[in-house]
Amino acid sequence: MDGRLSQFLQTYFEECRDSLSVCEPLVATLGEGADQETINTIFRCIHSIKGGGAAFGFERLVAFCHGLETALEALRSHRVVLDRAGYSVLVRSFDMVADLVAAAQTGVDLAAGAEAGLARDLQAWLLAAAPTAPPSPCQALTPSPAEEPVTWRIQFAPESNLLRKANEPLLLIRELSRLGQVHIIADTGRVPDLDSIDPEAAYLAWDIDLTTTAPLNDILEVFEFVTDDCRLTVAQRDAAANGLPARLSDDTAPTAAGPESVAITSNGSSRASASAVPTSAPTIRVDLDKVDRLANMVGEIVIAQSMLAQRFAELGVRDRTEINHGLEQLAQYTRDLQDSVMAIRAQPVKSVFQRMPRIVRDVAALLGKEARVVTTGEQTEIDKTVIEQLADPLTHLVRNAVDHGLEPPDERDRLGKPREGTISLSADHRGGRIVIEIADDGRGINRPRVLEKARNLGLIAEDHALTDADIDALIFLPGFSTNELVSEISGRGVGMDVVKRNIQALGGRISVTSTAGEGSRFSLSLPLTLAVLDGLVVAVGAESYIIPIQVIVESLRPRATDVHRVVGRGDVLALRGSYVPLVYLHRVFEVEGAVSDPSKGIVVIIDAEDRGQIGLVVDDLLGQQQVVVKSLEANYEPVQGIGGATILGSGQVALILDAAGLATSSPHRPGSDSQGGRIR
Amino acid sequence: MTRDIVVGANRAMPSSSQHGTEADAADSRQFITFTIDQEEYGVDIMAVREIKGWVPTASIPKAPAHVRGVINLRGIIVPIFDLRARFGQGLTEPTRTHVVIIVMVGPRTIGLLVDSVSDILSTSSADIRPVPEMDRSIDDAFLDGLVATGDRMVTLISLDGLFRSTATSADLLAS
Repeated sequence: MDGRLSQFLQTYFEECRDSLSVCEPLVATLGEGADQETINTIFRCIHSIKGGGAAFGFERLVAFCHGLETALEALRSHRVVLDRAGYSVLVRSFDMVADLVAAAQTGVDLAAGAEAGLARDLQAWLLAAAPTAPPSPCQALTPSPAEEPVTWRIQFAPESNLLRKANEPLLLIRELSRLGQVHIIADTGRVPDLDSIDPEAAYLAWDIDLTTTAPLNDILEVFEFVTDDCRLTVAQRDAAANGLPARLSDDTAPTAAGPESVAITSNGSSRASASAVPTSAPTIRVDLDKVDRLANMVGEIVIAQSMLAQRFAELGVRDRTEINHGLEQLAQYTRDLQDSVMAIRAQPVKSVFQRMPRIVRDVAALLGKEARVVTTGEQTEIDKTVIEQLADPLTHLVRNAVDHGLEPPDERDRLGKPREGTISLSADHRGGRIVIEIADDGRGINRPRVLEKARNLGLIAEDHALTDADIDALIFLPGFSTNELVSEISGRGVGMDVVKRNIQALGGRISVTSTAGEGSRFSLSLPLTLAVLDGLVVAVGAESYIIPIQVIVESLRPRATDVHRVVGRGDVLALRGSYVPLVYLHRVFEVEGAVSDPSKGIVVIIDAEDRGQIGLVVDDLLGQQQVVVKSLEANYEPVQGIGGATILGSGQVALILDAAGLATSSPHRPGSDSQGGRIR
Repeated sequence: MTRDIVVGANRAMPSSSQHGTEADAADSRQFITFTIDQEEYGVDIMAVREIKGWVPTASIPKAPAHVRGVINLRGIIVPIFDLRARFGQGLTEPTRTHVVIIVMVGPRTIGLLVDSVSDILSTSSADIRPVPEMDRSIDDAFLDGLVATGDRMVTLISLDGLFRSTATSADLLAS
């Protein structure tokens, strides 16, 4: 495939993705009764997917879209009424379109005939749902019939390109005829002799007189997708006689003249006015790389700015008012700049959320359950670095909610719940973090069973008394899964612990609350970005390290009497009745000249995820600051216990500690039987 | 900082006159030469991005001895390799007069700590002699050839070879 074509293909798939993401939420609203505008928007999306698909020869996609269009068309012209069955078949059809697009993009074809059954269902529904007396289509489109009908002269001459993009002039003319009375004259003057005819070329043109009460926009909308590929003139009959046609074609600037003619500014404006979406601020597409480069550069400025401030302080000129003032202003602008750049890269969580209804439908269908998804706060914005990492854990949680949470419909009936279960997704900003909640109205966590399972697995001692919250938290332990039947949906015991680890790798936390018989609620709290983090700068010998603030529990200088040696395991610190294993950073990292006695240095207690708490022994605390996270792997290789690097105000590099990695790399790591820190 | 030299297309480096005429030959190759313990070595000039003075590094835990740590090169974290240590001749005691050659090895940016940078060497491929088979004290997969210039001998270093074998030795250390 040559480069140009593949470039067009890429653009096409981008557009498909956009179209599908516009469709997805709209399709969901179809269930609550659809208005004309929603159907129109969906129709346009499917139509453009089909059009492009035809150009690239994705036949299955085009054929299926065509069937779907027919159904939408029937819906739009009120020939059918959307019922429950119709909604379900439409929703499945959109999923199929997404699958077909994905198949076209990856080149991995779906099984032969995968879409055939659905296409038949679609058709069967169309036949079944047609009401006995269809309302006049005109009525639907012209709500004010009192208006005086106007006669328009439409000159329509398709170019060959129009046909190549899988548009059909006859459909357009039919569409037009729905708007009112038409009188059509075909111009066959350009049709050549049979032996020189090109079967793929367009030779016909039409003069159409349309008498209608519909506004000009409705007429133009019929031609919305073909204006680039035809010569089109729309003018009022009288105006045309005066030689003042309102023209719309690709080579002529739109004219607006005379009292009778209507200003047609551009193709774009007619589309915008027809769109259901309220007018939004203009946007541009920017390569993500460019934004990333910008974000990196701003990171450098932040560092340079703090470097400058530090140098001035060292020179002792910091107290000079004018310098101080300038520095403060610079700091302020730098912060604003950083916020603005981060805002550019921020995306609404919608991009992840909108995949979930599909997943819920698929899983529910597989399990014979009924479920719907309710989302709130989907406009909440979060840095793309986090969004990218969010999809997997979220998918897992949503699947779990349907699989383990929701009861089968019959059981829900018996319990007096609606047959259809509800999965709610919400996102919200709270205190500089984003909180995402996944809730279901199912049976809740089965605590006796969880407890029994945990005891059988030896995860907790027989006589260990646990609160409800403690029991709920057990499901995050590695290898824990109460479902005896290993299903293809929720995996085989590599469940919640993986989710938890993924979330923690993002610097996030996960918790669960549950009420028996009423449902469970998982709550994720995440940083807004992975590009910067708040860190504590600590000194070990001549080296500086950054400990991410979010893992720090406390820091203290212990008394020498509180540090004990456990044979074969290393040192522990007695802290309020429990023993915290100590990790000497200078030993793990082989740094010379460091403080080796914890009572002369500082112990920073960190939460090393499922390894419990550990105490890091360092020389001193140097301060707290926001740091820009940089990759160590880019030019070197991953290092156990190190999550990345950053540049301090002095220009020096400092490595950022990875708490979980440290706990596993440490020779003094807490074993699985040291339960003090296990269950919190 | 003032000692930093950026190597551009025009190679703003002192060039000794005796090699100037050969530079135009079709198969001529150019090397940046540097010294470690009076011995002269060369790396392909096309891989060299920049030459700068030594700055203190942040050390990397559990790294092999010849990895001196990482520095901040205008916002990029760049690891510094001590070539003397890599050549099995002990650690360099770096001072402000020591030099770091920043090179590209594949997609990675890497710094080489050497004693000093001496020259640009232009030579034709034909003048590069193979390294004779000798008893090896170190893994020498990175030796690319020898060039005689007057009474000096320059050992050419293959960066790809150097870092392929470095990776393996680091892996060995890690395991």
